[in-house]
Amino acid sequence: MAGPGRKALLDPLFENNPIALQVLGICSALAVTTKMETSVVMCGAVIFVLTFSNFFVSLLRNNIPSSIRIIVQLTIISSLVIIADQFLKAYLYDISKQLSVFVGLIITNCIIMGRAEAFAMQNRPSLSIMDGLGNGFGYSLILLATGFFRELLGSGKLFGHTVFPLATEGGWYSPNGLMTLSAGAFFIIGGFIWALRVWKHDQVEEEG
Amino acid sequence: MQHSVGYTILFAGLICVACAVLVSSSAVSLSEMQQANAALDKRKNVLLSAGLAQPTDKLDAARVQELFRTVKPVVIDLQSGEAVPGIDPSTFDQRKARNDPDSSREAPPNNSSISRLPNQAVVYQVLNDSGELQMVVLPIEGYGLWSTLYGFLSLDADTRTVRGLTYYQHGETPGLGGEVDNPRWKARWPGRIAFDSAGQTVIEVIKGQAGPPEEDPHRVDGLAGATITSRGVTNMLRFWLGENGFGPFLKRLRDTRKSS
Repeated sequence: MAGPGRKALLDPLFENNPIALQVLGICSALAVTTKMETSVVMCGAVIFVLTFSNFFVSLLRNNIPSSIRIIVQLTIISSLVIIADQFLKAYLYDISKQLSVFVGLIITNCIIMGRAEAFAMQNRPSLSIMDGLGNGFGYSLILLATGFFRELLGSGKLFGHTVFPLATEGGWYSPNGLMTLSAGAFFIIGGFIWALRVWKHDQVEEEG
Repeated sequence: MQHSVGYTILFAGLICVACAVLVSSSAVSLSEMQQANAALDKRKNVLLSAGLAQPTDKLDAARVQELFRTVKPVVIDLQSGEAVPGIDPSTFDQRKARNDPDSSREAPPNNSSISRLPNQAVVYQVLNDSGELQMVVLPIEGYGLWSTLYGFLSLDADTRTVRGLTYYQHGETPGLGGEVDNPRWKARWPGRIAFDSAGQTVIEVIKGQAGPPEEDPHRVDGLAGATITSRGVTNMLRFWLGENGFGPFLKRLRDTRKSS
């Protein structure tokens, strides 16, 4: 794979992670990560929307009048989100019910508009697709890891299957209630950011 | 890049048309499946609320169909509590009826933010093999913190004992108010008594923990971190079991039981 494409795809994983470094898209990372199942579906929806919004915005980038470019980006993004939501309602009804408003809220996920404005408006479609995929994966990486710890520690399960038998159901594990609350995700995401910055020193902001 | 006003308007128009076509064609082509899902989900919730199916059961369309044989949907008149024979319950849309001024009335003041009441409602009677009434499942709705919660309340044939409570649609905070879906919380409901001896609706979701149904029949554990959703549940149960809700229907059921 060529240099810039590879960079656009892989950089958002650790070097420039949208959640851990840019601290975008936190709302959904807190809201849907109580379970792996919902996290996976949310990741799929965001990857879909991000990749296609980057593609369409990039395709039209030379024709979009700059005075209305934000609203054009938003129109494209919201259309894609509605389509993703419709598909989930038709094919994954139970999960879409659990995700409820958060699929719709992908529209306001800063990562998506951020990539459209910062990357797709300046780069050719093929590169923008890579960037969309890369940022989608970077987002998913954090979401899935957060979902893993929250479901495991918060309810002793993974994908709904019991891993740690709960004390209330005759097992030994007392679930950590904090993990089922949104606040629990802050600790996990904070932990990731810390670990990432220990690993990659250049991500540490200079002190004032 | 500078563009003329005409170009900008034309571009905006074209984008709108293209997006509208995409969105509406996906919505139209998928709506049939979505409606089938929603109808199946509703039946599933009737079964779950009545305890005819367990949340761990694998409920596909065929299984739901089979279990639903013992369930008889009936359209009733809310104010009189009488069955309305002329309406097919499978096509009757209660929410549509509620929103149509011709088939609804303004709701009396209540704590559940219910503004209109349909004239008719669908209730589900669960019969045993010899056709005797075992349970009755009532549709309920009311406001929580962010959203209207839609669900089913099952009562024993004695019309006083709760057999189950299930919500099938709400937009409460996942992990907090959204825990109304938690099977362990739902398991706290069966056996609770909704009315006191004077016939007042006294069922209540309290803050903290309630005792087992034998000792603490009228109270249920609150949801941690979801005071307002819990209060919403209390309010809507009291409303729908009261005189403006299914009170007349339940009274009629009690009367027929006494006379038979």
